[in-house]
Amino acid sequence: MKRNLITSALAVIVFTVLLGLVYPLVITGISQVAFGKNADGNPDLIAKDTKGNPRLFQPRPSQSDYNAKGPSSPNRGPNQAGARFFYRDQLAAYIKLNGPYNPGLTNAEVPADAVTTSGSGVDPHISVDNARIQARRVAQVRGIPLARVNQLVDDNTDGRFLGLLGEPGVNTTKLNEALGR
Amino acid sequence: MLQGWIQIIVFAAVLFAIVPLLGGYMARVFSYEARRPQTWKAYAGSVIAFSAMSWLLLYAILRTQTLHPFNPNGFHSGTWDLSFNTASSFVTNTNWQYYGGETTLSNFSQMAGLAVQNFLSAGVGIVVVIALIRGIAGRPLGNFFEDLTRVVLRVLLPISFVGALVLASQGVVQSLSLPVASQEIIKVLGTNGGGFFNVNSAMPFENANGLTNFLEMLAMLAIPASLTFTFGRMVGNRRQGWTIFGAMFVLFAISVTVVYLAESDVTPAQHAAGIVGANLEGKEVRFGTAGSSLWTAITTATSTGAVNSAFESLTGIGGLVPMVNLAYGESVFGGVGTGLYTILLYALLAVFIGGLMVGRTPEYLGKKIEAREVKLVVLGLLFTPLAILVATSLATSLKYGGPSVFASGPQGFSESLYAYMSQANNNGSAFAGYTGYFQPEPGNLGAHGITFADLLGGMTMMLARFIPIIFTLAVAGVMVTKRVAPAGLGTMRTDTPTFAGLLIGVVVLIGALTFFPALLLGPVVQGMTDRLF
Repeated sequence: MKRNLITSALAVIVFTVLLGLVYPLVITGISQVAFGKNADGNPDLIAKDTKGNPRLFQPRPSQSDYNAKGPSSPNRGPNQAGARFFYRDQLAAYIKLNGPYNPGLTNAEVPADAVTTSGSGVDPHISVDNARIQARRVAQVRGIPLARVNQLVDDNTDGRFLGLLGEPGVNTTKLNEALGR
Repeated sequence: MLQGWIQIIVFAAVLFAIVPLLGGYMARVFSYEARRPQTWKAYAGSVIAFSAMSWLLLYAILRTQTLHPFNPNGFHSGTWDLSFNTASSFVTNTNWQYYGGETTLSNFSQMAGLAVQNFLSAGVGIVVVIALIRGIAGRPLGNFFEDLTRVVLRVLLPISFVGALVLASQGVVQSLSLPVASQEIIKVLGTNGGGFFNVNSAMPFENANGLTNFLEMLAMLAIPASLTFTFGRMVGNRRQGWTIFGAMFVLFAISVTVVYLAESDVTPAQHAAGIVGANLEGKEVRFGTAGSSLWTAITTATSTGAVNSAFESLTGIGGLVPMVNLAYGESVFGGVGTGLYTILLYALLAVFIGGLMVGRTPEYLGKKIEAREVKLVVLGLLFTPLAILVATSLATSLKYGGPSVFASGPQGFSESLYAYMSQANNNGSAFAGYTGYFQPEPGNLGAHGITFADLLGGMTMMLARFIPIIFTLAVAGVMVTKRVAPAGLGTMRTDTPTFAGLLIGVVVLIGALTFFPALLLGPVVQGMTDRLF
């Protein structure tokens, strides 16, 4: 057993140096050289808090105030009584913001992604339906043609990989930046 | 919906293609003469000694954060009870997270502590099943240290190296201040699951797009699924391996289907508020319902526990599936190595039950299964459920369990049950309401652990990992000494769909029914009612 323990201790130390220092540092070196911005954390991948500004596309609600690094509180349970009121308020807020530019907008027409919090709290994407509804508001508030806004929405839609993997989503971070230009 | 099913089918097709390739490769890696072959007791002794040393080093690292390099935020050291839980969690391949990754741990702790154990605990799981396979095949069991070195250097490290670079190219962060990609790939490949960030693989910096999601899901299943082929090759009958794979795949396909259907509708709370569509609470748009549902089934069928959506926000039935997967004892693909040895124990039990039903001497691969092996198998299989039920009872009946629970009503019970099912099965996923740590601000300053939850969870993880490993190696030790009897007319074949069906029956009967009453109290109640609590 003593020999076992000595071999184990040596093995743990050697593996720690190899797997815990050499491996991650080599990967870091290659990634930094080869992938530049992506390796440093591409800010386009993270939602930005728009604080309800009607001139901007609103990302999904966040349970962590769009803080990428902070501790986040849990999401809502399926049968949680408080969740119903949260969703009701989210629906009302969405319709209040977008209803004037989308006459007759009802609860049933509000895309589910617009009123539920994301898993990460910083999901930058919204569904295309959600973006189309918001596009009417953004176009009118900014006084630019709807076709132009919809074009920007299309330009900033991340499609499926090879048309197959994942879901298409409109990246609000990139889209709002494009609007500002 | 159709697009979602297509993605799921494409995923399955790619998996089928990988299994013979990686499985055959691993069979070659482990087909060699050990220089210092060990008995089962010596092998088990080495597993325990190595894991103990790993535990000590990891605990020491977590408790000395103030002395670390790569600690850009100047985080303080973890509390003793939380560190006990975290060290136990990573050495057992569980990666249960009471701690918050980016808010409590220095990068040195993540790289040299946690990520190292992601490799090593995965390696330990794999070599244990290799020893069992050798025992069943009637060959010497091998040497723990030689096996471990081979699996780390020839399987885990090369795949991780390539995988980390692919992930980094897609936007998964890899810098000195955030070394995520190098850890992300082994987190999924080794069915570990402990994320760099609190929100795990939902975070865009861990899982950037549809491609990374696909690759990470594939990495979780690659080794557990391929090991069935390795088994077939090493015992000299590939059909035996495919039979085990088939039984696993059927149960897996059912769980994917159920989660996907359940999550394609809204929850009672969403319905009451007037939302129409699918349940997107806690899910990311870029993965969608299909990419989140498939992930949910994979991460709980394998013992990974990484999440790309919030489990506590699953619909009642959607949340039942992860629990049923845990109840199978992580035998449906399961953890790397651990899954295959668990289902091989189930297979021995199925052979025994089948033998009793038709009145023949039970045999597996020509070896008679007798009273002694069956006792070891039953002890190995029943220890984990026992640990879960005892721990959950303690947590729900004693007042010390209360501070950990967030939700009320059946969800609160689900959180407690899930916490101990997940820890005992070394999975690590959670209904996130359950906590063992309070942290007023980032960096451990003024934070304190919930000692009861930390210690109970830590003990559950360790006992439910190492006791079944010891019984598994004991079975290997018995099997290796048995002589092979030629198959006759009276032999019940174990490489047929009939046997796969019997195996599924045994897994479901023993695994799921043990927890039937407990599951009724939590997720089933939630899935059957529109009431809010």
